[in-house]
Amino acid sequence: MSPSLQHIVSAKGLTKSFGTFTAVDHISFRLMKGECLGFLGPNGAGKTSTIRMMYGFSPMTGGTLEVFGLNMATDWRAIRYGIGVCQQENNPDPDLSVLQNLEVFATYFDIPRKAARSKALDLLQFMALDHRKHDPISSLSGGMLRRLILARSLINDPDLLILDEPTTGLDPQSRHQLWERMDALRSRGISIFLTTHYMDEAARLCDRLIIMDHGKILVQGRPDRLIREYAGKDVVEVFNAPGELMELVRTHPLMHDVVGNRLIIYGQERENIFELIGQKFCLERCIQRMATLEDVFLRLTGRELRE
Amino acid sequence: MKIMQVPISWRFLRVWRRNLTVYRRIWHINFLPPILEPLFYLLAFGVGLSALIGPVKYMDQQISYLAFIAPALLGVNAMYNAFFENTYASFVRMYYQKTFDAMMATPLSLHEVITGEIFWGATKSFIATALMLAVVSAFGLVQYPHGFLILFLAFLGGLAFGSLGMFFTGILPSIDMFNLPIFLFITPMFLFSGTFFPLENLPLWAQQAAMAFPLTHLVHLSRSLCLGILSWDLLWSVAYLVLFTMVFFPLALYAMCRRLIH
Ligand SMILES: Nc1ncnc2c1ncn2[C@@H]1O[C@H](COP(=O)(O)OP(=O)(O)OP(=O)(O)O)[C@@H](O)[C@H]1O
Ligand SMILES: [Mg+2]
Repeated sequence: MSPSLQHIVSAKGLTKSFGTFTAVDHISFRLMKGECLGFLGPNGAGKTSTIRMMYGFSPMTGGTLEVFGLNMATDWRAIRYGIGVCQQENNPDPDLSVLQNLEVFATYFDIPRKAARSKALDLLQFMALDHRKHDPISSLSGGMLRRLILARSLINDPDLLILDEPTTGLDPQSRHQLWERMDALRSRGISIFLTTHYMDEAARLCDRLIIMDHGKILVQGRPDRLIREYAGKDVVEVFNAPGELMELVRTHPLMHDVVGNRLIIYGQERENIFELIGQKFCLERCIQRMATLEDVFLRLTGRELRE
Repeated sequence: MKIMQVPISWRFLRVWRRNLTVYRRIWHINFLPPILEPLFYLLAFGVGLSALIGPVKYMDQQISYLAFIAPALLGVNAMYNAFFENTYASFVRMYYQKTFDAMMATPLSLHEVITGEIFWGATKSFIATALMLAVVSAFGLVQYPHGFLILFLAFLGGLAFGSLGMFFTGILPSIDMFNLPIFLFITPMFLFSGTFFPLENLPLWAQQAAMAFPLTHLVHLSRSLCLGILSWDLLWSVAYLVLFTMVFFPLALYAMCRRLIH
């Protein structure tokens, strides 16, 4: 296979501007075959804007974008035959039943009626919705709706699945159920591009992550490596840390953040100094825990609210 | 806008088909208005008003008021069906249901989506006119075989008024604002297109202004066909409806692209 075919997605200098505002600012990234690539970023970081270019909805302001080795600017239609998209907002067709939603969507991909019916029934079973197939859309719960949208995005057996916050608003049961389905899809070799605000989800599902903010890529890499590099291994959070401890982390020096009355210390390896802090300063209001992706995210994108 | 070069193909029929599928789910409700409405009108105007009005002079013929007004109702019906489909109904699909957004993640282009919508609007005009034509014919108010041409006319008129409606859907910010084009264009057309009284009753300037209304031409064609009058002059009216469509169809596509593609 030629190298360009192994890149399911290849974006170079991808840019999207709305008037004078630049939502996506010269980003370059690749998605390899069979990979799950996650995009993380605060509200307004430019994730959805990127995705809308990736399925040929938004015209690019600049840069080049290749999907399946085809040029998005010219071959958008051919590309769309091979991708499934789960948009951020649920948009089922409320005028149709659950089953009809899938059947009608299949016609947009030129799938013959009979094949569409059997594919639709398979997918409803896969998403545990077969008992609701004749129900109106309005009778579905949020989790069922999301599953329906996911089923719909699979109707054309896509090679690339683009998921914009697939599990936002779902209960833990539904989220875990969706994760399992995604595992099953991945074992069949599908490539996934995903955005999420759940760090555990990103760490659980993605082989590689890109953290972006203000339209720019901050870092990219494997989840465990990002954690190791930007938040270490162990974390101690001390409330109202005494001056002595503040002095210690500054002089040593240790990776740390001060957030309000909280001192967060990030330890790389099992260092003696870290044990000492644990014993000496971790008395009343203190948390000792493992470093997580959330630490990385907050350290890189800051703690202020967006919008 | 490179992404949208040459983006119309037969695929627009998929979108048309989707609307047909929805229509068929509640066809019995969809069938009632075009059957009942003309009955109400014929009763009110034909039986009630005719007695007051007496015969009307139309193209050197004396015809009953009922025979005068029935073809106009067919034209108005074609106008309403397409215009309301491509304003309120299309707006709901576009804005509230995000149906077009979902379609845009499939091999359909936005041009095809909008074309499918407009053809669907014309199809609704066609179906409604067919039903209404059957009712009106039962009163002996339609000459055949000319009357069959009214079905094609309904489709053409549907394309014209659907394109106009879709254009407003593309430019109006909220669904309440459709009151504006209805108040400014649709209602005056309804009243002053030679529908309820002959155009000749109007002052000359108003007659000339009325010639710009597509409904004037639709009603003129419909009335001629119902009365069994065929003349070459009718082609001018057909040409006007085609021209109107050829102006507003691209305008509708343009307005919708501007609205939806960012
Ligand atoms: N059509 C548009 N016109 C103008 N600005 C827009 C448009 N779409 C998005 N933006 C702006 O672009 C920026 C990026 O938006 P985008 O939807 O890509 O963010 P996001 O990363 O998906 O955020 P979220 O996590 O909230 O979904 C935001 O500031 C948004 O206001
Ligand atoms: Mg988003």
